[in-house]
Amino acid sequence: MSTSTVAVAHELAPGVHPAPTSFWRKYIFSLDHKVIGKQYMFYALFMLVIGGLLATLVRYQLAWPGRPLAFMGKLAPEGMPGGQMLPEFYNSLFTMHATIMIFFAIMPILIGAFGNFVVPIQIGARDMAFPTLNMLSFWTAVPAAVIIIWSFFVTGGAAQGGWTSYAPLSAILPKGQTLWLLSLGILGISSLLTSVNFITTIINMRAPGMTFFRLPLTVWALFITAVLLLLALPVLTGAMIMLLFDRVLGTTFFLPKGLIVSGQPWTNAGGGQPLLWQHLFWFFGHPEVYIMILPAMGITSEILPVFSRKPIFGYRAMAYSIMGIAGLGFIVWGHHMFQSGMNPYLGTTFMISTMVIAVPSAIKTFNWLGTLWGGNIRFTTPMLHALSFVSMFVIGGLSGIFMAATPVDIFIHDTYFIVGHIHYVLFGGSLFGAFAGLYFWYPKMFGRLMSERWGKIHWAITFVTFNLVFFPMHFLGMRGMQRRIYDYTQYTHLKGLQPMNQFMTISLFVLGIAQIILVFNFFLSMRRGKLAGANPWHANTLEWQTTSPPPHENFTGALPVVYRGPYEFSAPDHAEDYWPQNEPPSGVGQRPAGAHAH
Amino acid sequence: MRRFVAVGLWLSAAAAFPAAASALPFWLKLPEGVSTYSGRIDGIFRLILWITGIIFVVVEVLLVTFLIRYRYREGRRPRYTHGSNRVEVVWTIVPAVICVVLALLSRATWADIKQHLPKEGVQIEVTAEQFAWNIRYAGPDNKFGTADDVLTLNQLHFPVGQPVIVTLQSKDVIHSFFLPEFRVKQDAVPGLPSRIWFEGTRTGHWEIACAELCGLGHYRMKGFVTVETPEEFGKWLADQAAQAAAEAAPAAAAPAAAPPAAPAAQEEKKS
Repeated sequence: MSTSTVAVAHELAPGVHPAPTSFWRKYIFSLDHKVIGKQYMFYALFMLVIGGLLATLVRYQLAWPGRPLAFMGKLAPEGMPGGQMLPEFYNSLFTMHATIMIFFAIMPILIGAFGNFVVPIQIGARDMAFPTLNMLSFWTAVPAAVIIIWSFFVTGGAAQGGWTSYAPLSAILPKGQTLWLLSLGILGISSLLTSVNFITTIINMRAPGMTFFRLPLTVWALFITAVLLLLALPVLTGAMIMLLFDRVLGTTFFLPKGLIVSGQPWTNAGGGQPLLWQHLFWFFGHPEVYIMILPAMGITSEILPVFSRKPIFGYRAMAYSIMGIAGLGFIVWGHHMFQSGMNPYLGTTFMISTMVIAVPSAIKTFNWLGTLWGGNIRFTTPMLHALSFVSMFVIGGLSGIFMAATPVDIFIHDTYFIVGHIHYVLFGGSLFGAFAGLYFWYPKMFGRLMSERWGKIHWAITFVTFNLVFFPMHFLGMRGMQRRIYDYTQYTHLKGLQPMNQFMTISLFVLGIAQIILVFNFFLSMRRGKLAGANPWHANTLEWQTTSPPPHENFTGALPVVYRGPYEFSAPDHAEDYWPQNEPPSGVGQRPAGAHAH
Repeated sequence: MRRFVAVGLWLSAAAAFPAAASALPFWLKLPEGVSTYSGRIDGIFRLILWITGIIFVVVEVLLVTFLIRYRYREGRRPRYTHGSNRVEVVWTIVPAVICVVLALLSRATWADIKQHLPKEGVQIEVTAEQFAWNIRYAGPDNKFGTADDVLTLNQLHFPVGQPVIVTLQSKDVIHSFFLPEFRVKQDAVPGLPSRIWFEGTRTGHWEIACAELCGLGHYRMKGFVTVETPEEFGKWLADQAAQAAAEAAPAAAAPAAAPPAAPAAQEEKKS
């Protein structure tokens, strides 16, 4: 693309589609990555609320096993007749909680919302490489969500095999499991299209001067995430098609011979291998964990320098460690299967690779600390959430070492210790990262700042109650309390854990209520928030060098030219404490028009 | 809040002191270990707790210190640095060494528990199904499929101080045979029998839990463990055999807890 183009962009610049005027093309079937990003955001936040409500019901049952909940008797008469929760409904609740949170909330908000909105602007492009494909990605994800919610209302209820859906259980469960497979299969296509789009965009559409090692770390993280999606997701999709065939077409990929269910021989049993499902699932499932954490790491790496007013510590180490995590992420899947009946010799191999993958995460944590060291730190809401990410991810990372050690895993596998670990990674990590990104880019998305005061109140309550809900899970696991258990008070050795479970549930109620603050702040700030201006945080990356919200073609006039890395804060040979990537070195060149708006 | 987390972790780290353990609330302690290898597993748990606990405290203290020390001050000039290759190398190698050492330390314990089975031991066959444990004892001849086999439902008895070798399988879906106090866990996979071993160190009563989601009755798939002296165990086994014989005599076809096809199929797969 020519950098000397000074004529009006929407007439001359290549790769710019004209701004749509009709309501449908502008807001519904939009090709604009910024609109699609916002669509993903509303989609993800809506599903986040549903996933959270499901978790509340799960925790209610754990705190007061079997105590009726009158209004639920009316709302879900099948699963909770008279308000009394049935075990199969409980199984549906945690299955759908995890499925919705992982596939319909965390992934869409990190990749769909922030990825779509931020990546093209940060690399200095007018849009994604394939805008129509991008629209199709979103509109493929919508029916997936409709099907997964619909599955609650079919005979037998929603899927109840856990989010991991281990065969043969998942092959013999009621119809809701088929819808689960269909929904995630469709969603898989959507994610695959998105990943191809991201990879192409980041490789081909970078602005002049935007070399790979000048990319903001958010872009690095999303680039590697897209590669992980591309390589891991087809394996899951393939496995899900096989399971679907086992359920409806009578194949036996995962059904061994001699299967006897409820005293009757299962009709299409023979020749299959239940562990095959686990291998395929976790070959996807472990990279999936990194798919959900890498973008949040990217966002954190983006925010810490801005509010420390310092360059990121060890930029290249950060980029390489993302690549290291991605590479190693493909050879650790067996650590989910130490007790599965897989050959125990393989367990040792997977233990060693799993221990090694802790290293790149440690490198990132130390570099974040290095970034804060000697800074001039402002505690804005995005910064508080990013700092929470760092401090909580440390817990999630360290607790992972326990189950990486095969002998310890014998005891804590499939207990609440694992549930605690995964929530420190996915809530303490991914979700705090998503909140950080939300507060950080909200002004860019909507042109106004969210309320700092209410943001801080929301953060404080969330941070405290998050720990009160999830830290005790480690203790439950240490006492041997299994995960996915409807009524642990059946067991003598677990009876004494009820007060702790009640404490956790009450903390969760507070945590849930605190999110109402976020909802109000989010919607009210769209009209009442302070006008943001182009660059409210005085950041360097390209999205802050254009108006808030950016114009349809992202940059008025010519595309920006990039002269330096993304985190040049407090450079000694520069007057201001920030130095936008596109500001010419002499300091006298003209900045794009949008940059003067603040 | 971070302070509370730190206190929590310190408390749990204190659990590493056996002497101080009695002063702790029960939920900060691992359950009593009653198998020959439970102590080794708990030892690695405590070692990791110490290592991760120290790393946790160091990282969080540094984090909070930096946040206080370098909080915003008008006119402060932040340190302009892009990092240092030397420290990158240090904080790459140190965690790598710690992790690999932990893996090597764990390897031998894992091998002794899951890879090397004792040659001699009480033979028991556990067949899981929704939602019960069918337990077959080889009887005095220590061989399955003979007349002196004893079958029970959800009742696992074994003698103290002798290795027990369990052949684990499932009829329908995946279950997981979990004896928390013995630090035993192994999935029971249909079509894939696996053999595990353990040895009780004291007599008493405990419970078998199912640790792998196996359907709507997963939560109540509970069994009972009785560890007794070899004499008591022998007597119990003889009583069970006599009782079964008495029941079988009047009824022509005795309903067996496990269908006769199952053990045959399992023998075939093992070979």
